Amino acid sequence: MGRKVFGGFSQAVLAVWALLIIAPLIWTLLASFKSNGEIFGDALQLPGELRWDNWVRAWERASVGRYLLNTVVVVFFGVAGTMLLSSMAAYVLARFKFPGNRLIYFLFVSGMAFPVFLALVPLFFVVDGLGLLNTHVGLILVYIAYSLPFTVFFLTSFFRGLPDAVAEAAMIDGASYTRTFFQVMLPMAKPGMVSLTIFNVLGQWNQYLLPLVLLPGDKSNWVITQGIADISTIAGYEADWPALFAALSMTVLPVVVAYIFFQRHIQSGLTSGAVK
Amino acid sequence: MRRHGFVAGFLLLPVLLYAVFVISPYVQAFQIALTDWRGVSAGLDFVGLDNFQRMFGNEAFWQALRNHLVLLVTMPLATVSLALLFAYLLNAAGGSRGGTMTGVKGSGFYRVVFFLPQVLAVAVVGVLFKAVYRPDSSGVINGALVRLGGEPVGWLTDQRLALWSIIAVMVWQAVGFYVVLFSAGMAAIPKDIFEAASLDGAGRARMFFSVTLPLLWETVQVGWIYLGIAAFDGFALVNVLSMEQGGPDGATTVLATEIYKNAFGYSRFGYASALGVALFFLTLTFAALTMRVTRRERIVY
Repeated sequence: MGRKVFGGFSQAVLAVWALLIIAPLIWTLLASFKSNGEIFGDALQLPGELRWDNWVRAWERASVGRYLLNTVVVVFFGVAGTMLLSSMAAYVLARFKFPGNRLIYFLFVSGMAFPVFLALVPLFFVVDGLGLLNTHVGLILVYIAYSLPFTVFFLTSFFRGLPDAVAEAAMIDGASYTRTFFQVMLPMAKPGMVSLTIFNVLGQWNQYLLPLVLLPGDKSNWVITQGIADISTIAGYEADWPALFAALSMTVLPVVVAYIFFQRHIQSGLTSGAVK
Repeated sequence: MRRHGFVAGFLLLPVLLYAVFVISPYVQAFQIALTDWRGVSAGLDFVGLDNFQRMFGNEAFWQALRNHLVLLVTMPLATVSLALLFAYLLNAAGGSRGGTMTGVKGSGFYRVVFFLPQVLAVAVVGVLFKAVYRPDSSGVINGALVRLGGEPVGWLTDQRLALWSIIAVMVWQAVGFYVVLFSAGMAAIPKDIFEAASLDGAGRARMFFSVTLPLLWETVQVGWIYLGIAAFDGFALVNVLSMEQGGPDGATTVLATEIYKNAFGYSRFGYASALGVALFFLTLTFAALTMRVTRRERIVY
């Protein structure tokens, strides 16, 4: 096979896959402007006009705005807590010798191997018993706890690789252990922290199972993945499909824009997490 | 003394959270699996292995296992093959220029697009494909089929097709991640190995199977394990996308949806935990087996 032919073949194969990925997303965006009639008509037809009222309906009646806001709050505190607590634990586990160090490290790391479904029933009752069922605080704490294994594992190896000399110098200059950590060691761990922050933001933003189990009640507390799944069911009863597609577009668009903006970091962050 | 205080202070919160929300539920799960607890009584009635006996006699359990088996074989195979093909085309299909292999034109664009589904929430992807798969001509695929003069197909309503339709979505979402992963692995292979093989007259296919793939084997193995573990989940997609969460008639049911239904639908907490224990052992067995089977001599370069 000649080089030109092979190159053409490659382009064709890659272009087909790219189309398979983009087409459903574009189609959703177009469907968000269609009327109900158009949605149930020919799937490949363009909307007759730009019906922004679908978007307004999704935002107001289907409370997409509310779900997005809840998600932002939960993910913000979830990831901030995850990064703070993981880096503290990882730092101590990586650089201090004390009895029980290996045991605690092993307990954290073993959490990566277990399927969440095994813990699901007792977790529900633990959260309920603490009075945190249907609260964002409960969900945030659970997110942090379940993000710890991977984040601690990854950061421990990162902190182990940092040179001793810098920490020692800071201590000689009279910095406390805590200060040495926050002002010297943590900034040095920045590349690892950035990758893991991205990893955790994506993971917690996209979480569906834990909210489903831990926020089963009041809809006004729901996060976006729950909300969208629910809107999809409701659209079936109320036959308001345009609002569903508007809601989907509203959820997908910011993620796609953020992704295009940060794609380099996201790709390297996610894959470095997978290889290590 | 100050040192000990520091260590304890830094570990206190993370260990506490982890113990309460992760370790204790996992330990309790094994205990609850041996009870007939339905959430009403405070005390747990110990029933031994009754739940497991019931599980083995339950057709839904075996149906879920069969679906996992299909998933376990086809989903990683399709994902890894496609990702290897795309990664190879992206990195080496441009032919050799000045002795080094180059990717096709626009490979940067493809890399960005292929990875995109990875950042979308699985639940959202599920809702999206529910529309794509709609059984009449208003679905994207059926709309195109009808235009081409075909008949609409019940992608999710036909028992023989439903599981495959869901697997296709899993592959659709996963491929991009592995393209990036394998690309990174290919980029790490020294160029002179390709040059030497090229001088020896190796063609593209030969080059791929005799040079690239063996050197990439460890990365492929890691990918395979990740995909295998993902094949034991499938909860969000099946729950959102399939008819009646696992239908039609159990055609797409998986252990995860069975656990969720039994626990939070029928309050059979003991039985659901037993299913969780089964899932746990299946996942562990799979990971251990994969590591054994795919173990090869490590190629150092």
